[in-house]
Amino acid sequence: MAKQIYFEDVEVGSEIGPLEKNPTTQQLVKYAGASGDFYQIHYDKDFALANKLPGVILHGALKNGFLAQLMTDFAGAEGWVRKLSVQYRGMDQPGTKVVCRGKVVKKYHDNGHHLVDCEIWLENAKGEKTTPGSATVILPARHAH
Amino acid sequence: MANKIVTEEARKQIGKAGEARTYDVERGAIRRFAEAVGDPNPLFNDEHEARKTRFGGMIAMPTFYRSMGSPIPDIKIEALGATFRGLDGGSDWEYFNPIRPGDRITVQTRLVDLRESEGRLGTMVFITMETSYTNQFGAVCATQRSTAIRY
Repeated sequence: MAKQIYFEDVEVGSEIGPLEKNPTTQQLVKYAGASGDFYQIHYDKDFALANKLPGVILHGALKNGFLAQLMTDFAGAEGWVRKLSVQYRGMDQPGTKVVCRGKVVKKYHDNGHHLVDCEIWLENAKGEKTTPGSATVILPARHAH
Repeated sequence: MANKIVTEEARKQIGKAGEARTYDVERGAIRRFAEAVGDPNPLFNDEHEARKTRFGGMIAMPTFYRSMGSPIPDIKIEALGATFRGLDGGSDWEYFNPIRPGDRITVQTRLVDLRESEGRLGTMVFITMETSYTNQFGAVCATQRSTAIRY
């Protein structure tokens, strides 16, 4: 298990990640199989081109999965991802890296929980945020507050 | 100004639910999903390591729910006709309880909001669905809201 982060360890502005991913067409096929999303724009190049796309594109939900990984890595086994939101703004293609990043925007207590709100996003190799989002994570605390 | 597309009649469909589906969650499916995303977290892959955590065993990663679909309710929006184009706008998730191997999850999708606004593509219709995932003990594990944009 990775090292656990605690509520006291993070401040507003603390960076999350980066988590770099290098999706391939093979990964899109694996994801199609695991998720049951067999829309052909994700694995059939001719179909994608005929639909005016530049080629096959990543499943939005796969990018959602990458951002989920970013946040479950951050929360650790003692934390809990309470909310996760993503918006699909731009397409991403296999064969080029994408990077998931985030930063803490708020720290607070609610109902006995230690919570942090985070801004998160997935960016392409050019640094464009194709998939922005947000997350709320419950973190363990070293001391009662 | 009265809505052009999302009429009062159309909005009466808010709350309408699609057919519920029930899934038995297998350990292998949890692991295969994490492998497909490329997430090596032992919580989602390794029963031995996961047993040492407060969860006491493997759980599914947050987007595993995408593998358990349920039909959307049959919504009629007369002005859109049958040939509308659509964009998947994204998802808003809330997580309440972990999902574990052997769980039996009931999935159901409801229409929770229907509205329109003027955008650069013309009149855009926002169709918001909420899918709930409830385990065999009656506890809601997660909800997913997705907004589809039609124009």
